[in-house]
Amino acid sequence: MELTMLYYLIPSLFMFCCGVYGFVTRKNMIAILISLELMLNAVDINFVVFNRYLFPGNMEGMFFTLFAIAIAAAETALAIAIIINIFRVASDIDVREINKMKF
Amino acid sequence: MDYSQFLAMKQEIGLLIVFLLVFLYDTFMPKKALNATAGFTCVVFAIYTLVSFCCLSACETVSAFSGMYTTGPVMSTIKNILNVGVLIVLIQATQWANSEFQIMRRGEFYELLLLTLFGMYLMISARHFLLFVIGLESASLPLAAMVAFDKQHYESHEAAIKYILTAVFSSAVFMMGLSFVYGLTGSLYFTDIYAGIGAEHSVMLIMALAFVISGIGFKLSLVPFHLWTADVYQGAPTSVTSYLSVISKGAAAFAFLVILVQAFGLAYSQVWEWMLYALIILTITVGNLFAIRQRNMKRFLAFSSVSQAGYIMLGVIAFNTTGLASMMYYILVYIFSNLAAFGVIGAIENATGKVNMDDYNGLYKTNPKLSFAMMLAMFSLAGIPPFAGFFSKFFIFTGAIQQGSTAIYVLVLIALINTIISLYYYLLVVKAMFINTENECVIPTFRSSCSERLGLWITVAGILLLGIVSFFYNSILSMTSSGGIMIDL
Repeated sequence: MELTMLYYLIPSLFMFCCGVYGFVTRKNMIAILISLELMLNAVDINFVVFNRYLFPGNMEGMFFTLFAIAIAAAETALAIAIIINIFRVASDIDVREINKMKF
Repeated sequence: MDYSQFLAMKQEIGLLIVFLLVFLYDTFMPKKALNATAGFTCVVFAIYTLVSFCCLSACETVSAFSGMYTTGPVMSTIKNILNVGVLIVLIQATQWANSEFQIMRRGEFYELLLLTLFGMYLMISARHFLLFVIGLESASLPLAAMVAFDKQHYESHEAAIKYILTAVFSSAVFMMGLSFVYGLTGSLYFTDIYAGIGAEHSVMLIMALAFVISGIGFKLSLVPFHLWTADVYQGAPTSVTSYLSVISKGAAAFAFLVILVQAFGLAYSQVWEWMLYALIILTITVGNLFAIRQRNMKRFLAFSSVSQAGYIMLGVIAFNTTGLASMMYYILVYIFSNLAAFGVIGAIENATGKVNMDDYNGLYKTNPKLSFAMMLAMFSLAGIPPFAGFFSKFFIFTGAIQQGSTAIYVLVLIALINTIISLYYYLLVVKAMFINTENECVIPTFRSSCSERLGLWITVAGILLLGIVSFFYNSILSMTSSGGIMIDL
């Protein structure tokens, strides 16, 4: 059996949709962060697969993926720092409790 | 690799020097000298702004790193406009940064602020999506740290988590769009994408553009993606809010225009004109309607800035050099008007801690000068004739109408009707200050600090002069149209 591009693209799209779903429905902030990671990793898979299958001559997609991983790490670090701050103040990281400001 | 290419990035290097000076000053100076950190930053940044403004006439179009980075007269001008805004924000932030709670961390505030500005420079000059994404992230991540700066206030943390989660979500969506674009064209250079798209528009391109536009729409707080705006603006420290609402929005709007024109220019009439069309109508209308019912001044200005972003987008949908020039002029005027409003709010908040519109009742009796500055800001934001805001709206409508299609005429008509709606809520503030007098605890007469007054004087002068002195608009227009077609920018 030959592995075509679709075998990679469909799981990556599925991951992205799972990420969006988790981002919307999860109540715990860490779980929301994990959902975001899923979305970012789906993007990485997409880039690598397109690079490998469609444009094997250049490495642009691979490089983009490397940078995207670094950026995702920075984002997660910052988000966790802010979550820790919230936990210190509110002793809870449930998004339903983060509702002091509303319409 | 040819390292002399770095010399093409003159303004970025200048900004890095400012950043390093502030960083070294903050790290190595004795404790007593640290009281002058704010003043030191303002002075160094003012010198840099002046130098970079003087170099503007000598600026040529250069590109570096095999075309990933380009700078030219138009890019230098928008960077200079941002510089002026940042300088005013720095001056206005002095009082807050020297307050009791911030003293330990004020150096970090200035360093983070300069770094975000560096990211915005990269966004503006990037001609390759990798550099653009790096710029976008280094512009939005330090901002989240800045939003969380008021550690003793719970709202600040809440605003920060809302900001960082939506920012990451939007950049994930944006990068998903980029991956489609990459799969379609095999390159991330704007020029290659332009060439690779060709005449026919596949479903994949439409999906990619929808992702890309919604990703940047989050940064610009266009309407379906604006839900974070009000909460973040309310919770963040006022200085950060003012920075977020003008500088970051102005840079993102310009970068948005560059991407849409240079990478997706061929898909204009069939794909993204209609996406933007819907976004603009929604943005202006919803922003206006929600602004009417806000009682907190910062939330009020948040929704006002949502609708202003819609007007800025009119310059993008115009798709011609007049639209580009009027958009840059709009950003310049918007910087002055909005910073005047935030200057007054910040001054009152620092003195009394009050941020609600009801607290402003009878302000004219006790603080006539502050309420006068606020009135000018509101008139300018609403677009009442002698002030700069009128001219900026006028030019941006002109630019949009020059595009010529009937649909755009309808769009401009809707924008005009919304201007009238916006007049209502801007005048609510003026009414509170000048006409409403029933207030048990009127804000007492106080004298705002030197730096706040300086910031307000600069912004008020800008509001009065920018519209009447035609030099500003004319020079921007002649510079953008001398560049020829938009695609060369």
